[in-house]
Amino acid sequence: MSGVPEFDSVKFHAAALKLRSYRQQVLSSNLANADTPGYKARDIDFAAALREQLGAAAPQAQLPVSRSHRAHQAALGMADDPKLLYRAAQQPSLDGNTVDPDVERAQFGENALMTEATLTFLNSALRSRLSAITGQ
Amino acid sequence: MSLLKSIHIGATALVAQAKRLNVVSSNLANAESVSGPDGKAYRAKHVYFQTAPLAGEAAAGVEVASVVEDQSPLRKVHRPGHPNADASGFVELPNVNPVEEMVDMISAARSYQMNIEAMTTSRQLLLKTLDLGRS
Repeated sequence: MSGVPEFDSVKFHAAALKLRSYRQQVLSSNLANADTPGYKARDIDFAAALREQLGAAAPQAQLPVSRSHRAHQAALGMADDPKLLYRAAQQPSLDGNTVDPDVERAQFGENALMTEATLTFLNSALRSRLSAITGQ
Repeated sequence: MSLLKSIHIGATALVAQAKRLNVVSSNLANAESVSGPDGKAYRAKHVYFQTAPLAGEAAAGVEVASVVEDQSPLRKVHRPGHPNADASGFVELPNVNPVEEMVDMISAARSYQMNIEAMTTSRQLLLKTLDLGRS
């Protein structure tokens, strides 16, 4: 179909939304574990993850690793979850925890704002398509 | 549904922090209890947190691993007339440090608030996602 543009805004924003909500989950995990000894703060590189999601359209054949215990770690580079990184601690505490609540809250707020922005973009992309279909 | 999971993670933190607040209240309430059910002075209790991995997820919640008794020595006060006094007139009082408990309480309350805010944000985002495509 020649009418469909090269840049698919719905696909782009849907991928971004998925990553944003995943990042929201990782950041709330950091906030929840702000007082857990030995916990290391995690985060994803959003730009790199989004590039990977959009670039790697072809599904890669990967063997799943079974996890029979809830403490088993997810194998790295598996499924379509983006790669989790560790945040460099600015003020590591004596108990090995690297969560800085202020940093996490700022990141959380930023991510929430960006999620809202993505939702707005996605909504307007959907609506413009809808108006193209209905012709009003 | 990552946003639902982030609400779930917040909930695990609320449970854990509420337990920590419970223990703080217990310590403060018993700061002067000279004898418990075992006849000995109350010992301060502390909660230990550990991460609680979610099935199939790299992100994790938090849970209380254990509640342990403070093994530091009990306070000894010379009160010869006290019914619990030993032969030389000393009474053992709990090893609760009220200053430490207050600091612990403020820290727990802050963490609780922080997690509630995070949950509220996730909930709002989830509701907005549900409204996607509506005029």
